[in-house]
Amino acid sequence: MIQGVQIDLISSERLENLTSLEKIRMILEKVIDGNVVVLEKGLTPDEQSLLIETTMREIKPDGFAGIEMETYSSESETHQKSGGLFGGLFGKKEHTSGRMTVIGPANQMKTLKKDKNLISTWVSSR
Amino acid sequence: MSFFIRTKKRFKKIIGRLFKKKQMRIGIYGPPNAGKTTLSNRIVRDWTGDAVGPVSEIPHETRRARRKDGVTISDENGNAVTIDIVDTPGVTTKIDYKEFLEYGIESEEAVVRAREATEGVAEAMHWLREDIEGVIYMLDSTQDPFMQVNIMLIGIIESRGLPVIIVANKNDLPDASSTRIKSAFPQHPVISISGLEGNNVEELYEKMIDFFG
Repeated sequence: MIQGVQIDLISSERLENLTSLEKIRMILEKVIDGNVVVLEKGLTPDEQSLLIETTMREIKPDGFAGIEMETYSSESETHQKSGGLFGGLFGKKEHTSGRMTVIGPANQMKTLKKDKNLISTWVSSR
Repeated sequence: MSFFIRTKKRFKKIIGRLFKKKQMRIGIYGPPNAGKTTLSNRIVRDWTGDAVGPVSEIPHETRRARRKDGVTISDENGNAVTIDIVDTPGVTTKIDYKEFLEYGIESEEAVVRAREATEGVAEAMHWLREDIEGVIYMLDSTQDPFMQVNIMLIGIIESRGLPVIIVANKNDLPDASSTRIKSAFPQHPVISISGLEGNNVEELYEKMIDFFG
């Protein structure tokens, strides 16, 4: 059998049909199995917070050691700045999901390079 | 007690609550080893003479959020702010107990430490979602500020609409660069300090009065 790493590219349509908890569960189940997940559309800040918290609860000695995650800066940062007078006055918050995101097991994935428009990662098989 | 007195008391309480200046709960957040406990200790020591917790070069020395209530910071002009300081465990997306072995910690203790650290990170995230009203985000200014965990955490803090001051810590070290941090987060005030040496902490106190007051 060919040795390697399974990479799951998940479309934004599939993600949109899931609740936050279902998204987190799906991502973590795949990553704990040693797969790398690429999300066409990233997670919201609340989902990212939940992902960190749930990841911590899944870490086991000599087993799952956590996740490596990389994403481009969220488009919402640009939107926030252009919130205008009323956006500023009324604390307008516009938080779209992040952009393409890659998540993998921390002990198999390493980020080699990241800039505004490029994420370069190295993945080893288990 | 008559109905009139009871109603009067209740009304007074509601008015009191409405106009009382709220004491903000400020969380000190950041990645492991950024100097969060060193700064918490300095703030608390400078203004109450007390301390918050022990510091160490081993990552995840702080594995439980620690709170110090009612810390009043003031300036020469009589401006002041009273806050509750919450020193939180360093946030990360990965923890391997083997990291601790490199610091001479025995395997069994390292496993316990890693488990406590994971609980601490989860707790820190929970505090951020539920109980924190303002943030001091600590960064080691000798390190790359564009680390994913910083981008994520600042995004989470912004999404909750919390006021945030970014502290570029360790400015006493030769490789320190607060410019990198300022360019990474231009939308927030950045104060360059050394929590250990006390360099420029007065500017941070001024900003805290201005921001959290």
